[in-house]
Parts: sequence; C-alpha cells; structure tokens
Amino acid sequence: MVVLEAQGLRKVYGRTVAVDDLTLSLERGEVLGFLGPNGAGKTTTMKMLVGLVRPTSGQARVLGRPPGDPAVMGRIGFLPEHFRFHPWLTAFNFLDFHARLLHMPAERRRKRIPELLEQVGLADRARSRLAEFSKGMLQRIGLAQALLNEPELVFLDEPTSGLDPLGRREVRELIGELRRSGVTVFLNSHLLSEVEMSCDRVAIIKRGRVVRTGTLDELTGAALEVEIRAAGVTPEVRAGLERWGQVIREEKDLLALAVADREALPAIARHLVEGGARLYAMSPRRLPLEELFVRIMKESE
Amino acid sequence: MSILTVAQLTFLEARRRKLFWIILVVGLLSLLLFALGFYFIDRELRTSAEAAIQTAVRSTMLLVGLYGVNTLGVTLGVLISVDTISGEIASGTIQTIATKPLRRWEIVVGKWVGLATMLAVFVLGMAGGMMLFVWAISGYLPSRPLEGMGMMVLEGWVFLSLSLLGGTYLPPLGNGVVVLMLYGLDFVAGWIGQIGERLSNTTAETIGLVVRFLVPGEAMWQRAAHVMEPSSLFGLTPFTIGDDPGVGMVVYALFYLAAVLGATVYLFGRRDL
Repeated sequence: MVVLEAQGLRKVYGRTVAVDDLTLSLERGEVLGFLGPNGAGKTTTMKMLVGLVRPTSGQARVLGRPPGDPAVMGRIGFLPEHFRFHPWLTAFNFLDFHARLLHMPAERRRKRIPELLEQVGLADRARSRLAEFSKGMLQRIGLAQALLNEPELVFLDEPTSGLDPLGRREVRELIGELRRSGVTVFLNSHLLSEVEMSCDRVAIIKRGRVVRTGTLDELTGAALEVEIRAAGVTPEVRAGLERWGQVIREEKDLLALAVADREALPAIARHLVEGGARLYAMSPRRLPLEELFVRIMKESE
Repeated sequence: MSILTVAQLTFLEARRRKLFWIILVVGLLSLLLFALGFYFIDRELRTSAEAAIQTAVRSTMLLVGLYGVNTLGVTLGVLISVDTISGEIASGTIQTIATKPLRRWEIVVGKWVGLATMLAVFVLGMAGGMMLFVWAISGYLPSRPLEGMGMMVLEGWVFLSLSLLGGTYLPPLGNGVVVLMLYGLDFVAGWIGQIGERLSNTTAETIGLVVRFLVPGEAMWQRAAHVMEPSSLFGLTPFTIGDDPGVGMVVYALFYLAAVLGATVYLFGRRDL
C-alpha cells in the first residue's frame, strides 16, 4: 500500500530551483533513504511533504491527503533538520507541549512521555532544561517528539547530524525498532553508511531530481566483487578468469574480480581447481553504495 | 484547545524575555514615582486650592499618568510581538508546531491570545494600580474607569496586532521600526486633527480623520480620556484631547483588529516555514 506519493514536485525560490520535477512513492512499512549531497533539495522536499513549504507546482499525497492536512498530521512524526526549541522548557514540558498539540489526553501523556524519554535515553533528564542539552541530546529529544503519537509515518531530516558515533548507533537502532514495528520511515541523509545500514530502499537525489530509486540490490545491481585466495595460479588460469569479469586487484595469492552475478562463482571455482590452483577462499561482496553514489554524482550534467 | 496550548506557550515565552522585565520594572518605578509625586502635590492642593480646582488637578494628573501607562503598554505590545513569528521561523521552532494536527490560523490566533493576555494584564495592573493610589491618597476616582482601561488595552492590542502582522514577512528590527513609526504618525495626526478642528481647518481635520481610520490607536486613548474625564478644565493637552471619537470608533477598532488578525492568518498561511 502506498502511503506517500509525490508527482512532479517543484519548488523555486526566486531564481533558484531547489526541487525540480520530483516523483517518488513510499510503501507502507518500508524505510526509504533519501540520499543526496548537501543542497540537493532533500530538506525542501521533506518540508513540502509535511506541509511546511508550498510547492511551486506538482502534487503530493501523504496517507491519502494533501501534505499538512490536519486530518493526517496526527498520524505523522517529523524531526526537522538542526532541531531546536525554546531552551527554557524542560524535556518533560517540551514533550508535554507537543503531546497537547497532538490532542493526547492528560493520562496518556503522563504515561507516554516517560516511556519515550526512556527510549531515547533521557529518562534521568526529564526535569533538565533544553538549554543544558548537548547537540546529541537535543536531537534525541527531538526524535522523541516525532514519536509521541506512535506515528504510522515518520519523517527524519538528518537525524544523526551532530551525534557522536555512539549516538548515531542509537538512532540507527531506533530506526530498526521502528521498522520492526511496521512504521514507515522517510529518512533524509547524506551519510551513505547510515542509509546502507538502515534502509530498505534508496532514492538518490541530485540537483532537485530523483535520479535513481530502488533497493540496495537493485541499485548496485547484481554485480559483486569476489576476493579469491588461491596459490599456484598459472598465467593461463589467471588469463582464463577474464571470461567472468575484470581483475580489479592483484596481490600475492590474492585476486579481486568484479563479476556480473553470483552464478559466476561456482564456474570460477571449477576453473581454478581444474587448472590446478589451490583454492583457499572465495568471498563475494556487494559493490559498496559509495561507489555507485560517487559515480552518479559525477555523471555528466 | 490547540489555540490555548499555543497561547500558553507564547505567554510563558514572552514572560521569559528580559524586555518584559525591563518594561515591568520601568512601569513599577514610574508607578511608585507617580504615587509619590501625587501624594505631595495633593497635600499642597488641600491647603491652597478650592474644591473644583483640586478635582481638576487630580484628574489631570491621573490622566498624565495613565497616558504614560498607555505609551508603555503600546511599547510593550509592539516589542513582545515584533519577532514572535519571524523569530520562530528563523529559529525553526515553528517547524515542530506547524506539523502537528492544527491549522495555521490556530497558531496565529493562539499567539495573539497569549500576547494580548499578557498586555492586558500589564495595562490593567498598571492603570488600575495608578487609579488605586490616586483614590487612596485623595479619594478621587475618574468616571467610568473600567471602560477607560478597556480603551487603553484596545489601543495596545491595535499595535500588538500590527506588529504580529508585520512579523509574518518583515525581520524584527524593520517590523519594530515600521510599527513604532505608525504609532508616531497616529499620535501626530491625532494632534493635527484636533488642532484643525479647533481652528476649523478642513485639511488638518481630514488628515487627522484619515490617519485615525488607518490606525485607530490613539483614538482609543482619546476615547479613554473622554470617558474618564468628560469635562477636563484644561482643554487641549496631549493627555486630554477633548474630542470624543465616539463609540463608533471603538466598534471600528474592533473590526480593524479582526481584519489585521485575518491578514496575519492569511499571510502566515501562505508562507513557507
């Protein structure tokens, strides 16, 4: 079931085109990584989808309604980029204020807020003012705010910005929990590793346009890099390997080969063994997203 | 409900500002100073002046004091609202609020209610305190004090609303300058109109009238002065402009408030946050 779709979204600020003809859809329960370099239009896109920014043209539907429609905003969570709020509020009062805007009854608020503070690791800071919070803690309390209403769809704009490695890991785990409980997540990020670890599907945005979408497998293709540890490889056997792919690295007893798909692996093994080589190990791995990303960003304009 | 939630946060936020405390301290100091001055002048009056003069001096002194409160109220109204919208857009604070299940007009109205409440409390407290001092010292009370205070609050609300409106598009400093200039214009034009009327100069009268409809702020003070002291012996002074703008002007000001608030809702609703 489609929970979000955007058709030809476009946003122009003066003479700058921030988002240009963006088309995208999101299935229930999936975690979509919206990946692009800084300034590619990720934040503007997300702001259009949550109703903060009005598109210059194009349409979008979020949970079947136009973006920002109060009828669905209660079922959505949103963590803005560089999240900030009135520093004099305590963590508890901050969450309580947002919970009231979500029309949560007092009893539910009293139960839900400590739960969330626990979940984002701020249970002991409920009475601290936001002014005392580090960047990472602010990001986490912002995240708690986005999850108050147990949303069906969560928009996170660079949720790990300003976090240390430990904090990033916690956010990743939180996204994992959301995924397991069936929440749909729209994640803006410029961090490839984060997207690789957390997302089911990736949309790559470049200069305001989605240039690729697909699962990680689809994007990087079936292509694999195979590392072969073998001794006694004769020059003929070595030359014969080129049938399956290109040799990209070669050291003593080690060969790395880029192959089109995994069906090449048994054939390569047979070729090596039959050629008299002593095969110790073959380890295939997917081409990293980074390589693809760099390639796409370098593609001719 | 959302309106009240936003109003409460806005009220608390405004109360946190240094500016609010500065104006409050200035207000309380001038209240004290006023009481002191009034006490000594009144003591003098009792021994030297006849009853009619005593009352006239008391009423004029009170009006001077109240005019000060009125000006402080306008200043407070402008300054607490000058960046409440633009500031929250700039800081991004507005983003988690505007993406909750409420309409944008509820944010604007909530903010207005929060700020207007604060301003009303300030003006009523200050003006009421002043009247109380005067009454305790001399036994003098203006006629229709509540109505007078109501008019003063209304004037503050006019400028507060203009400042809220400007905040949807103008940066805080520009907005503050524009609204305070409007206040100045309103004050001067009010004068020109009054003088024009006395001198039967139609041009001056027209200027006064046009500006009065453009910014029905000082007209509220004039109405306040009129209801509190309908027969001021001193005639034309900045504090007791004799002419009564009438109830019609008050009704107009209420519609004006609604229109300014409506324009704010419209502009804020269309803005990218």
